[in-house]
Amino acid sequence: MNKRSPWTRRGFLAGASTTLAAPAILTSTRAYAQTRTLRVGHVSPQTGPLAAFAEADEYILQGVVDAFAGGIENNGTAWNIEVISKDSQSNPNRAAEVAADLILDDEVDIIVAASTPDTVNPVADQAEINEVPCISTDCPWQPYFFGRNGVPGEGFQNTYHFFFGIEDWIGATLGMWSQVDVGTQVAGMFPNDADGNAFGDAQNGLPPAMTAAGYNITDPGRYQPLTDDFSNQIAAFKEAGCTIVTGNMIPPDFATFWGQCAQQGFNPQIVTIGKALLFPSVIESLGDRGDGLTTEVWWSPDHPYSSSLTGVSARELTNGYTSSTGRPWTQPIGFKHALFEVVADVVRRAEDLEDPAAIVSAIASTNLDTMVGNVNWDNGPINNVTKTPLVAGQWQKDGDAFDLKIVGNAGQPEIALTGELKLLS
Amino acid sequence: MEWVNAIVQGTLLGGLYALFAAGLSLIFGVMRLVNIAHGDFIVLGAYLGLSVTTILGIHPLVALVFVVPCMAMIGYILQRGILNQTLGGDLLSPLLVTFGLSVILQNALLEIYSADPQKMNAGALETASVSLGDLSLGVLPLLTFGIAVAVIAALQWTFYRTALGRAFRATSDNQEIAQLMGLNRRHIFGMAMALALAVTAIAGIMLGIRTSFDPSVGGGRLIFGFEAVIIGGLGNLWGTLAGGVILGVAQTIGAKIDPGWQLLAGHIVFLAILAVRPNGLFPRVSG
Repeated sequence: MNKRSPWTRRGFLAGASTTLAAPAILTSTRAYAQTRTLRVGHVSPQTGPLAAFAEADEYILQGVVDAFAGGIENNGTAWNIEVISKDSQSNPNRAAEVAADLILDDEVDIIVAASTPDTVNPVADQAEINEVPCISTDCPWQPYFFGRNGVPGEGFQNTYHFFFGIEDWIGATLGMWSQVDVGTQVAGMFPNDADGNAFGDAQNGLPPAMTAAGYNITDPGRYQPLTDDFSNQIAAFKEAGCTIVTGNMIPPDFATFWGQCAQQGFNPQIVTIGKALLFPSVIESLGDRGDGLTTEVWWSPDHPYSSSLTGVSARELTNGYTSSTGRPWTQPIGFKHALFEVVADVVRRAEDLEDPAAIVSAIASTNLDTMVGNVNWDNGPINNVTKTPLVAGQWQKDGDAFDLKIVGNAGQPEIALTGELKLLS
Repeated sequence: MEWVNAIVQGTLLGGLYALFAAGLSLIFGVMRLVNIAHGDFIVLGAYLGLSVTTILGIHPLVALVFVVPCMAMIGYILQRGILNQTLGGDLLSPLLVTFGLSVILQNALLEIYSADPQKMNAGALETASVSLGDLSLGVLPLLTFGIAVAVIAALQWTFYRTALGRAFRATSDNQEIAQLMGLNRRHIFGMAMALALAVTAIAGIMLGIRTSFDPSVGGGRLIFGFEAVIIGGLGNLWGTLAGGVILGVAQTIGAKIDPGWQLLAGHIVFLAILAVRPNGLFPRVSG
């Protein structure tokens, strides 16, 4: 042993005792900068099957960070807002994991989440357990509330949500159908997943509401997602003489179903499907067969709202997105922006940003006109939930591209119609 | 008539499953390799088809001319470059490597093509149908079934009528002795994987015309492929076609009873056959 180890006994002892003693000397030297920093954790499905929902994250977050650049004033002090974004990989377990990381390691003061129950629910659950204020959106409220075992009347302590509910979906859809007379035989396609079961529910879903509105629904039963053949369902719909198709599907299943409908000679006049038809990319992939399909519209550039944070209108936000990315606008854009509007508003109003309870009470007392409409938890249908307006839209071919026209605004007269419902065949 | 319709549609669906399964059956038969990434290779084939049709503006079926050799080349390189290193005593290491490949493929496709669902546009072929009595048969499912039969027949011919097939069979029977007889095992395996991925390319294109796909749908297709292979009997190509048809018919008959039973009925038939005949219905005659 000619070479001496860098770790001598004396060196080690000196180093170790310095390390041990350091906190005693250094604790009092932690200097606060003039502006203090508030950390906001953000969880969304940036990769995986749900990635289309988070496609605009980068653009929206950049805009929000720019808007936060000067800091936000709270009780006379400027606060820096630091947004830490994490990817749920479209996996609920992963979403819970990154939420826990944000809460425990990054020590975020507020956590926000968006896009489907698979992202929102696990994040909200982590926030609830760890008593961190949480705001979420982009998931119908029934799967959010009942999926987390919420008790009506009690609700949750720290977690708040804004979006639409299944009752709004039904209202908007029935309002749209009532404009035309194509018969009352409705075909229902509901998969065996969280949304499909909620939409197809015999008590609170579409079937009882359709029946009450005078329609006759043919519901063959829950199918498994990623099924390759729907010939039996189509045969049942043909036999019942259905002229309207509704339900909640994922894009690959809808594409299979819609292709087979044509092969089997089943040509409905209205097709209103939730979830599968939200994104322009899906409609484009269907080619000419995408023209005339209808879906729910939670937000569009034609909504008469503007940002409380940057002042831009809905149209300006989508134009900015389209020109900077070259991609068509999608509905989650407005909600992702609105999520951070609520955060900024809460930061401004909270009585004490060091106290999570004060932040929670600031969230609960929100009354803000955002990019997606008014957010006010006093108006909610149930504890911790508030709703934004929902209308019905139709994909119509406009030149070479498809445009989502608003063709039904039942109950939401402030959102103007931008087109007229056309029948498929 | 409804039951006849369910059986006929199920048979046609079986053609698609047989296409999914043919590549799996082939590589398992030749080198006892279980390819977990097979479903993702189907999706890769679909994406390559999409790229070719978009760039050249040609019909997806014409794109096969480009995609099939391309996938075959990927298969050969993959086998010689990676998978051959893992083949040996235990089954586990190639299994794990293909599992890793599956993750890499999915994320690479996500990075390149984004998560948007894509679909290949085959024009009138997608919606065309022919009437047969009261039955309405889609031209696309008929074509898929026809291609499946042709592919299986071609593979069968390759296996039993060509020198390459003889080499496949010899290597499959006994690798060491085949090596002693002057066959290069590594090259033979590479050729087998090339052939398997060429078939996978066809499966991918047919899937991409039938439905929309995104980088994550591969795993869901893998299970049907596996089931068709096992029902039909390991290493038996015609058995794989029969397995696909049995699976397809079981699914549509299940769906006829209740749509919730569609996939379940397929799985139950698979389990029942596995319980009664663990080697499948038509295991390859040894020797």
